[in-house]
Amino acid sequence: MPPVTSADPDVPRTHLPLRERESGDPRPPRPRVRTRGLTPEALVHHLAALLGALALAWLLFEQVLPVRGTIGFWLVWYLLFLTLLAAVSSTTLDRQGVIDRLTAALVTTCGLVLVTVLAGIVVFTFLRGRSALGHLNFYTQTTALIGPDAPLDQGGILAAMAGTAEQVGISMLISVPLGLATAVYLSEVGGRLADAVRRVVETMSSVPTIVAGLFVYSMMIIQFGFDRSGFAAALALCVSMIPVVTTTAEVVLRLVPNGLREASLALGTSRWQTVSRVVLPTALPGLVTAVLLGVARVIGETAPVLLVAGNTSEMNLDPLEGPQLSLPLFIFTQVRLPLDQAIERAFGAGVVLLTLVVLFFSLARIVGGRAPGRVSRRQQRRLAARFDQRSEERPDQIDAGDQPDHEGDLP
Amino acid sequence: MTRLDRKEGPVAPTPAAGPTARPAHRADATPAALVAEQVSAWFGDHQVLEDVDLTMAAGRVTALIGPSGCGKSTFLRILNRMHELVPGASLAGRVLLEGQDVYDPALRPLESRRRIGMVFQKANPFPTMSIYDNVLAGLALTGRDARGAALGRRRRRTDEDDALVERSLRSAGLWDEVRGRLGTPGASLSGGQQQRLCIARSLAVRPDVLLMDEPCSALDPTSTRRVEETIREIAAEVTVVIVTHNMQQAQRVSDHCAFFLAAEGRPGHIVEQGPTADVFGRPQDPRTDDYVNGRFG
Repeated sequence: MPPVTSADPDVPRTHLPLRERESGDPRPPRPRVRTRGLTPEALVHHLAALLGALALAWLLFEQVLPVRGTIGFWLVWYLLFLTLLAAVSSTTLDRQGVIDRLTAALVTTCGLVLVTVLAGIVVFTFLRGRSALGHLNFYTQTTALIGPDAPLDQGGILAAMAGTAEQVGISMLISVPLGLATAVYLSEVGGRLADAVRRVVETMSSVPTIVAGLFVYSMMIIQFGFDRSGFAAALALCVSMIPVVTTTAEVVLRLVPNGLREASLALGTSRWQTVSRVVLPTALPGLVTAVLLGVARVIGETAPVLLVAGNTSEMNLDPLEGPQLSLPLFIFTQVRLPLDQAIERAFGAGVVLLTLVVLFFSLARIVGGRAPGRVSRRQQRRLAARFDQRSEERPDQIDAGDQPDHEGDLP
Repeated sequence: MTRLDRKEGPVAPTPAAGPTARPAHRADATPAALVAEQVSAWFGDHQVLEDVDLTMAAGRVTALIGPSGCGKSTFLRILNRMHELVPGASLAGRVLLEGQDVYDPALRPLESRRRIGMVFQKANPFPTMSIYDNVLAGLALTGRDARGAALGRRRRRTDEDDALVERSLRSAGLWDEVRGRLGTPGASLSGGQQQRLCIARSLAVRPDVLLMDEPCSALDPTSTRRVEETIREIAAEVTVVIVTHNMQQAQRVSDHCAFFLAAEGRPGHIVEQGPTADVFGRPQDPRTDDYVNGRFG
């Protein structure tokens, strides 16, 4: 239907697309428009630059230049790739387009390098520790009764795992309440003192952990005469954990919309009721993340533990009495021994530690990413059933919309 | 229909001395439920309200209109002590709820807020709570039962709670839309429904006054109409004070109207107030005339 431009008031000037389409020819559906991804042209450009650079780099290193070296080769290849990419791209793109493509290549490379490094660490550790990990005794025995040169089917890291669990557990017991309470203070109370506290917490997070260990060493062990123990190690870990928990939790609490606080206060609640019943539940997933990040931060901490936990290869479940082993400490002592078995044990313990950290971080991501306040389907059904039951029992009252005890309150 | 006997018993309407005793209000025989006397407000050193006197009659809807930044919202937030939550905010003057100053040092702010509810510009249902729990939030958070009596123990769901939830949702015009899914999160509703949920939540604590700060500014026309109907319906139970930028809305829902303005170097003040029909129909001040006819602001 052509657009109507007539001034005749009887002829409609609006369109009814659906009706017009029904009366017209059926049209085939259009294919989806491609808006992202590499275009064929870009793909060709990148491949050309990559292969050209490789060939040039080979030529330079193998035939022309008198130098050799893997790192140099990779670096030259990459620089040549960027140059060639710019050159090839400029055949079809303008200046801005070329810069755009180069920037994209650079940032992508940075991301890939990071991932590669991380994957390298994991794979390398795993490969070196593989031989130790295969033995069941590695997880169920200690190295107390074996010599350092004992074969891998004897001894294990049970004492270290138990020590790590206890030390991290104790430092959680101390840091989590303290850190969360401080975060609540910083975000919900505020004021001039809060700024000072915030600065102290920030400073605390940059205190070298070895200094934290020294502090606990001089306070607990020299000043008060305690033994080196798992508890002292846990205290030293707290110094690292509290600032992580506090700063993360404060950020999370600040993300709770102010409107929710106001809505709660406007209902006549006290500040504490608002914080405990509205703000904290709303922020709960984030707070769990804060705690898990704190744990992941200290679980591999070596320096402070080294100073105050003492060293032993025996199983010691009492954190208050006597030296206690932990995974980082175990790695540290084993890897210094000039024996293949010991080094393999160290790498095996490293894999266990890495797995724990990854586990904690993944847990933090999963819990932190979950939307709050989900009511399960079962709860929903139960609630719906209750109301259905009510309207069957007392249909007249429901329809009247009021109940005996509220009579007179509302019309 | 107002519940004068809830706390202090009936109190004679405050002698509205000075500027509040305007002819427009004299004609209205209803005792004053909420009276603002000489209210001024500051954010830091910046004065945003100056000597505002306004009587908000019981069981009526009072609309506060005026261009942005003229202090309407600040005034509204002063009425239930939300203003003081903003760092650096201060105020002067008195706000009398049935003769009692809500700023009386002997009163805790939360007691005033319990009697003077508020609905905000942006719908803010509690995301961790279901629709059902959102409606009951005011009682659950303050640890009281459906009749408003303090509970020493932990709350349990009772039939009275169910009835209160239903009645509040019906009053807010939301019951029919949500009755089958009371257990779903409040945030799963549409914007208009969320706003009505917030109204139901405010009504569930049975306030004497309900303050509404541009409750429809983010809603589509259908939701706006539903909220306006709700306002008209609840006006019999509670005194409503509503801030709105929408002239038609002010005309549709309000009995009284106050025009705020902050101009010519003066902080926000009331230029003209009176029955809505007169403010819109035959205003005395030319600026009011210009504003209500859309010529500025």
